[in-house]
Amino acid sequence: MTMKIEDKLFLDRFKVDEESHLKIIDGEKCKKCESQACLFLCPAYVYRPEGDRIAINHEGCLECGSCRIGCPDLNIEWKFPKGGYGISHKFG
Amino acid sequence: MNESYDVVIVGAGPAGISAACILADAGIKTMVIERGEYAGSKNTSGGVLYGYNLAQILPDFVARGCPIERNIVESRIWYLSKEAGLSIGYRDSIFANERKNNVFTVGRAKFDRWFAEQAKKKGALIVASTVVVDLLKDASGKVTGVVTNRQDGEVQAKVVLLADGVNSPLAAKTGFRPELKPEHVALAVKETIELPSEVIEQRFGVSAADGVTTEVLGEVTGGMDGVSIIYTNKNSISISVGANLAQFAKTKMKPYEMLEAYKLHPMVAPLIAGGKPIEYTAHWLAEGGFYTIPQLAGNGYLIAGDSAMLFNALHREGSNLAMASGKMAAEAIIAALKKNDVSKQSLSSYSKAMSESFVLKDMNKYRGFPGFLYNTHQLFDELPHVAQFAAREMLTVDGVTKKHKQKLIMDEVKKKIGLLNLAKIAWRGWRSVK
Ligand SMILES: Cc1cc2nc3c(=O)[nH]c(=O)nc-3n(C[C@H](O)[C@H](O)[C@H](O)COP(=O)(O)OP(=O)(O)OC[C@H]3O[C@@H](n4cnc5c(N)ncnc54)[C@H](O)[C@@H]3O)c2cc1C
Ligand code: SF4
Ligand code: SF4
Repeated sequence: MTMKIEDKLFLDRFKVDEESHLKIIDGEKCKKCESQACLFLCPAYVYRPEGDRIAINHEGCLECGSCRIGCPDLNIEWKFPKGGYGISHKFG
Repeated sequence: MNESYDVVIVGAGPAGISAACILADAGIKTMVIERGEYAGSKNTSGGVLYGYNLAQILPDFVARGCPIERNIVESRIWYLSKEAGLSIGYRDSIFANERKNNVFTVGRAKFDRWFAEQAKKKGALIVASTVVVDLLKDASGKVTGVVTNRQDGEVQAKVVLLADGVNSPLAAKTGFRPELKPEHVALAVKETIELPSEVIEQRFGVSAADGVTTEVLGEVTGGMDGVSIIYTNKNSISISVGANLAQFAKTKMKPYEMLEAYKLHPMVAPLIAGGKPIEYTAHWLAEGGFYTIPQLAGNGYLIAGDSAMLFNALHREGSNLAMASGKMAAEAIIAALKKNDVSKQSLSSYSKAMSESFVLKDMNKYRGFPGFLYNTHQLFDELPHVAQFAAREMLTVDGVTKKHKQKLIMDEVKKKIGLLNLAKIAWRGWRSVK
């Protein structure tokens, strides 16, 4: 009965901003990146491999900040979503 | 929004709202800016709050309708191996009676929202859906207000209180606290699992208003320095598991997979069986400890709560340190405004009050503890395994003499950890909290 990450995110309420608050600064660095830490440590599986690049599904971001400091190259430009956008906890 | 306030507070969490209540009570023109669509909408925790610290801000919090989930009458600690676990607990009827609400659970989205309502009733202005993106400074570097992401979004203030929590891109940008390193935080994921209240009462053996907290250590974090919790709410159970972010990056364990494995553990599964997950959240814990606390006051600004890395990992206390620091910051601001002097020196009465209070005294006492956990992986792999081996041997009745069982256990300890190592771990652990 294990729950997939997609199903977990489905429980949450998001107000999605079309414009992503997350951006990879230099895609070339990702190609050479050994750890690809963003793929593993993100609790919402926002970063996904797509061919030789990393795709960002910013809609499901839980705004924890882990990718910002966890990327060994600090290669992620990270902002909070605009005020009122992003996740809204119902229970917390 | 081009306005001017005595005090602007960044963040409507426990630290910011506590300060806002005290300031508003003193008649000081205060604005709290919150990025979420309401206070609490971005926040999550295990859910334990401490009545003593809340009463310091709102003595009549119960009468004001504080959204308490359950009053905690029993605290359990579990030490788990992959398929088994040791459990100790302490239940005391004093916590159901005279010391009711000493510890209770809340859902932070509901609690913070209610708490902010109280500050508003006292006269503070709460502005939601607004992100503070920078600080205003004058030529001398003194903080004179904030910049928000709204149009014309500058707000002037005599003093700015930074209560924006542990994840602070603002800190990284303005330098009031260096950007955190992965080893300074734990990443926790949490699921809230809905169950009928009677089922919760039956499974935990409590009456309708009461509840149980369980703190869990051991192999559930796969050898990483981490913890998990199981807390009871009225109609739900909070279950969370977290580990040091640097170790997540190294082990490549996925947080949500760790949570799923945890939910299947034989000690955990029966408690949540039949429950319906209703929310999934993630947040950092400010686990860096005493050495990562930044300078608490500067020219025109102060820092409180998680933003100042105030978190006691051993006792799982954060919200109370946030409330206490918010209160002390507000008191220092009141004194500084009276003197019409908001220089670093004047606001440093906050740092002094903090040093003399339980907040920094406890943080200092446990300054070695985060490092101890971080560097002692045996606590999260070999030791729980050995504990399981020992308990299994002793509890299995099979005609083997107890003396021989003791020998088997000692052999296992020697093989897995080594007696000298075990003594060293005990010694370092004791030293880190003494
Ligand atoms: C999984 C987990 C379990 C925990 N369990 C417990 C527990 O059981 N008991 C306990 O005492 N503590 C617990 N803690 C710790 C506790 O949650 C924190 O210590 C506490 O929330 C700190 O309060 P704060 O006000 O400093 O920060 P926060 O509660 O984080 O509040 C900061 C606020 O600032 C807002 N904000 C941030 N940046 C900006 C910006 N730039 N502009 C506008 N608004 C902004 C945020 O949206 C947020 O509302 C737990 C933490 C976690 C993650
Ligand atoms: S960890 Fe950083 S550098 Fe590596 S793939 Fe991810 S974003 Fe790119
Ligand atoms: S902030 Fe957290 S949830 Fe969002 S993308 Fe980064 S790691 Fe994932």
